[in-house]
Amino acid sequence: MVKHKMHLLVCGGTGCYASANGDLAKALNEALEISGLQDEVQVVTTGCFGFCEKGPIVKVLPDNTFYVEVQPDDAEKIIQEHVIKGRKVDKLLYTDPDKKEKIADSAHMDFYKKQIRIALRNCGVINPEDIDEYISRDGYQALGKVLGELGPQKTIDTIKDSGLRGRGGGGFPAGLKWQFAKNNESDEKYVVCNADEGDPGAFMDRSILEGDPHTVIEAMTINGYAIGANTGLVYIRAEYPLAIRRLKFAINQAREYGLLGENIMDSGFDFDIQLRYGAGAFVCGEETALIHSMEGERGEPTVKPPYPAESGFRGKPTNVNNVESYANIPVIINQGADWFAKIGNKNSTGTKVFALAGKVNNVGLIEVPMGTTLREVIFEIGGGIKDGKKFKAVQTGGPSGGCLTDKHLDTPIDFDNLVKVGSMMGSGGMIVMDEDDCMVSVAKFYLDFTVEESCGKCTPCRVGNKRLYEILDKITQGKGEPEDLDKLRNLGTVIKETSLCGLGQTAPNPVISTMENFWEEYEQHVTDKKCAAGSCKNLMQYHIIEENCVGCTACARKCPVNCISGEKKQVHKIDQDLCIKCGNCMDVCKFNAVEII
Amino acid sequence: MIKITINGKPVEVEKGTTIYQAAKKVNINIPVLCYMELEDMGVKHNPGGCRVCVVEVEGAANLMPSCVTKCWDGMVVKTSSPRVLNARKTVVELILSDHPFDCLVCAKNGTCDLQKMAQDLGIREIHYQGEQSTYREDTSPAIIREMDKCINCRRCETMCNDVQTVGALSGINRGFEAVVAPAFEQNLEHSPCTYCGQCVAVCPTGALTEVDHSNHVLRALADPKKKVVVQTAPAVRAALGEEFGMEAGSLVTGKMVSALRELGFDYVFDTDFAADLTIMEEGTELLNRLNKHLSGDKEVKLPILTSCCPGWVSFFEHHFPEMTDIPSTARSPQQMFGSIAKNYFAETIATEREDLVVVSIMPCVAKKYERSREEFSVNGDSDVNYSITTRELAHLIKQSNMDFHSLEDKNFDSPLGESTGAGVIFGTTGGVIEAATRSAYEMHTGKHLDKVDFEELRGMEGIREASVDFDGQEIKIGIAHGLGNARKLLEDIKAGKSDFHAIEIMACPGGCIGGGGQPLHHGNSEILKKRQKAIYQEDAGKKIRKSHENPFIQNLYKDYLGEPGGEKSHELLHTKYFDRKKRWIKK
Amino acid sequence: MSSVKVEIHQEDVDKIQEIAKSYNNDPEALINALHATQDHFGYLPAEIQEIVAEEMNVSSAKVYGVVTFYSYFTMTPKGRYPISICTGTACYVRGAETVLDEFKRQLELEVGETSENGKYSINCLRCVGACGLAPVVMVGDKTYGRVSPDGVKDIIAEYEDAE
Repeated sequence: MVKHKMHLLVCGGTGCYASANGDLAKALNEALEISGLQDEVQVVTTGCFGFCEKGPIVKVLPDNTFYVEVQPDDAEKIIQEHVIKGRKVDKLLYTDPDKKEKIADSAHMDFYKKQIRIALRNCGVINPEDIDEYISRDGYQALGKVLGELGPQKTIDTIKDSGLRGRGGGGFPAGLKWQFAKNNESDEKYVVCNADEGDPGAFMDRSILEGDPHTVIEAMTINGYAIGANTGLVYIRAEYPLAIRRLKFAINQAREYGLLGENIMDSGFDFDIQLRYGAGAFVCGEETALIHSMEGERGEPTVKPPYPAESGFRGKPTNVNNVESYANIPVIINQGADWFAKIGNKNSTGTKVFALAGKVNNVGLIEVPMGTTLREVIFEIGGGIKDGKKFKAVQTGGPSGGCLTDKHLDTPIDFDNLVKVGSMMGSGGMIVMDEDDCMVSVAKFYLDFTVEESCGKCTPCRVGNKRLYEILDKITQGKGEPEDLDKLRNLGTVIKETSLCGLGQTAPNPVISTMENFWEEYEQHVTDKKCAAGSCKNLMQYHIIEENCVGCTACARKCPVNCISGEKKQVHKIDQDLCIKCGNCMDVCKFNAVEII
Repeated sequence: MIKITINGKPVEVEKGTTIYQAAKKVNINIPVLCYMELEDMGVKHNPGGCRVCVVEVEGAANLMPSCVTKCWDGMVVKTSSPRVLNARKTVVELILSDHPFDCLVCAKNGTCDLQKMAQDLGIREIHYQGEQSTYREDTSPAIIREMDKCINCRRCETMCNDVQTVGALSGINRGFEAVVAPAFEQNLEHSPCTYCGQCVAVCPTGALTEVDHSNHVLRALADPKKKVVVQTAPAVRAALGEEFGMEAGSLVTGKMVSALRELGFDYVFDTDFAADLTIMEEGTELLNRLNKHLSGDKEVKLPILTSCCPGWVSFFEHHFPEMTDIPSTARSPQQMFGSIAKNYFAETIATEREDLVVVSIMPCVAKKYERSREEFSVNGDSDVNYSITTRELAHLIKQSNMDFHSLEDKNFDSPLGESTGAGVIFGTTGGVIEAATRSAYEMHTGKHLDKVDFEELRGMEGIREASVDFDGQEIKIGIAHGLGNARKLLEDIKAGKSDFHAIEIMACPGGCIGGGGQPLHHGNSEILKKRQKAIYQEDAGKKIRKSHENPFIQNLYKDYLGEPGGEKSHELLHTKYFDRKKRWIKK
Repeated sequence: MSSVKVEIHQEDVDKIQEIAKSYNNDPEALINALHATQDHFGYLPAEIQEIVAEEMNVSSAKVYGVVTFYSYFTMTPKGRYPISICTGTACYVRGAETVLDEFKRQLELEVGETSENGKYSINCLRCVGACGLAPVVMVGDKTYGRVSPDGVKDIIAEYEDAE
């Protein structure tokens, strides 16, 4: 990044890539060549900027101009206006939804104002396929410090003092985990990076791997040195081809630079990294299951203890951390434990990355200090609820978490607070729901997921979650009975208390938390056979409003089961026993004569 | 030592003890379903999957599985608090909600661990109903799989893969669809299954059972045109009593003979007789190969491996087809008996082969398969027509309204019922090779063997080795029981690292006393040890304890067979092996 | 269980042997080897799994156990235009289910099925990390964002004339 006067950063994240009609970076390069500027301006494809809602995104450095929804057709205009004439392209600037003003650069966007980017520090900033760019931003400096200055124990002490807790789900203190693995003597030890991101609705690990692969390599090497391991393994989802490619590329670069391999930085320490592919099993996020999967087995968890720190991969002491946890390590080493511990809350230090999605205006990947409230995230960063609808709930922690309501909006987000209110941090999925979302159906959605992803080893998870799902299904079908609600409670509690691994132990959380916070909605489904959100098909009835019906017969003709009767120019009627609730009649009616009750 | 409290009782245990084991010390029996207590047989299976054994541990948020959770100092445990009982009942109800309700007509009725669990917990209603798993029934020559009765304890998988290293079964699918099955959910027949029956022996429910041939036997007995001959394997007499509530290790030879007579068998014979015959043939083969080897023949294959066990024979045919020239070609005692019965004995009593029905009572499931092998039949008529297990015999006796306890002790019929102590010990690991040694020693050295008890060959260790002094010539003997242990010895032979002269292999842990057709030991290795003791006790009580001294065997050779290893013996008493390894492209 | 009966040629065996060898025939690398095999053959029919088992020194039952555990592995060939509907949470709350239903209805296929002419197959996948575009549908490598049930027929129409 030395000789070029200007850089055009093009987001290469999946979201932006998918919403562009063609190759944006190529279009920009072509436009530069036409103007003969290819040596002065460099186009860099970076990792995710986080602001997926308005992709594809192009950011101009050094002035931080933030262009949104850029298509290849706009390339020429950016070069002609911005690069050559120094005038910002107005139509591509982000418009603040409240003030209706164009915003010239990212620093002034609400979306970024409250964010502190540590784990994501390089995402959207550097070219992930260029190790020099990583190095120019203090890359591998932490490794040098650890190897040359700190030594293993002080490194672990630094991580302990920083208060970093595992970002993958449970929130176990990372330093302590490292210490256990260090203390267990063995001829061989392993460090494992869990990159099998499985939470449906979280993609921060993918973004880090795609946008900043070297941070993971550096952190794993530090981890290996600290606990006495010479081999690192990345367990990565096969469904992330781009992340795999970038990681492989980065590993090779690191080897070329002598940052992986034998005698790293002349310290006498050897370390290298291999990849193992996940193959689509959510339960492999659980560390014992992950280890079995890396050993070529079915990813079934085993009872802990023994913990991996004692007996993990190949029966040897193994430390497992996830991608986001690792991404914090180099910064902690460089900036010091105190610096990190000052960010966030006392027991939850640092920042957390969230994948903010659902019915919120600004969908994207955000990183905020622990202790930020849900309200700040949803209404300030997220820009509030889409289409002016009413906020109903926010789901955190994915299939293991719970649904929180407006009474929780001012809860500062951290590991312990979320558990206290009946949810959990999980890997950082955050799904916002509005008035149209039925909470029984949402619980059913998550249970469907856990039933699908249960490994089947232990009874409560294999059969119990299936039964939970079946009861929820019965309720959404309008066949629920009052005692079903008691059954949900008892069964949910037993599954939590008796399941073998974290997946089963947390699987009932979506049910229990929605029952806790939306009890009336469950009652309404069971007693009144009504779904206020209008999402349970079987609880809806299509009705013809007599005053509006002109007898055009359009609905009767469109009805696939012929359950609408009525003469031409006469009021029509729907036979409720036969109706399959397909909604065709409502779609086809031009006179607003069909309603749902 | 670690001090813990269980239900208010203080217990002191060694480090590494599980809560389940600690509770047992103070007579608290925590119910278990998936766990198998076979540690001293080298079998470890505590996946902690069924969650029936969960207990409350003070300070722990969740309930903990007692079969796998190790005690720590100061641990306070409650095994039957309301919270535990509610969870345990709910878990069992969940299992039952995915289980067919045909207990009254199930083969495991009365011996099912799940049934007992439901009874003990007083389950009267299943609160959680829903979809039930359905699977196609799989019938093979020896084993029936009804996987809708499977509770996913995975015991069979451990036996098949870890203990036996057969690899016929694996957990497949996941979640609610998870079940144990052969590759591609094909029938067992198309898998490398050896029918050793260890899966059947440990299955807690009716998911895995033997193919029941007892009705065929009853039909043959009722047919006036047929003469029905029965042979009983040595291990049966040491275990049958358990089916009638007797202490494990009770010897019931006389009562068994009595019961078989009452059932209507025309001749009650003993497989032990054929075991003596096996020693003659196998021993001769051993000595031939040994002598050739000692005189410098480099071509001769040593060690010689025993071949009495059909599970083991299938195993090497599937997994070591390139080594089928090493095992002895001698048929198993069951098949030698069948062959002698259908040829020699039929002739003696002037009966057509087809009108003589040979039934075997075996501790084994694989014997059902062995008897069905084509090479053991003449014009479609098998040498052994039906093979039933110890358990099936017990059912037959119960059906016939006999009071087993009050049956008089009776003797086997002659001549195929006469046997030596050497024949008896075929029933336990180490027994075949000890019997062979007794005879081979005398045949090789020409000297009288005073002490016939070879203690060095006995025991329960999975792999044992011993040297026997054949008058200055050291004979090295290996013993393995359990196919996993057999595999280790075979790998050594393959790698040229084996210096044994002879190896005895039995597929089942403990040998035939632990066979897949025996009364269920419910994962308790003490029972196997008691059965073994009974076998040696029967041997010690016999007047003649060396096979070659059996006068009826001597007569059989004199009158009918000629020489051991001779032409007639080869035709009737030896066999050949096949390459059963699956190949997709024939090379 | 696969209903496809596949004829195996020597070159298929050679290919699997080559893959297995690249993983030192080490049972531990079974999953990586299965990935490489599926990448090559497009799917993992029983016959192929048997050879993988042989070459990786594990039982066929175990290979089948692994293949049926992981949703990424498939025993039926996917369509030439495999349609994947993201059913992650973000897509779910923005109506992925109705989109899925529409694909099922229009193509008369269930999830996991391939059309008789081998052209289309429908699968669900978990979060593809494009939550900003929810609901998301992928056809092969091409991503479609903000798909509505009405838009389904337009997507299918793009492939109607293709082979």
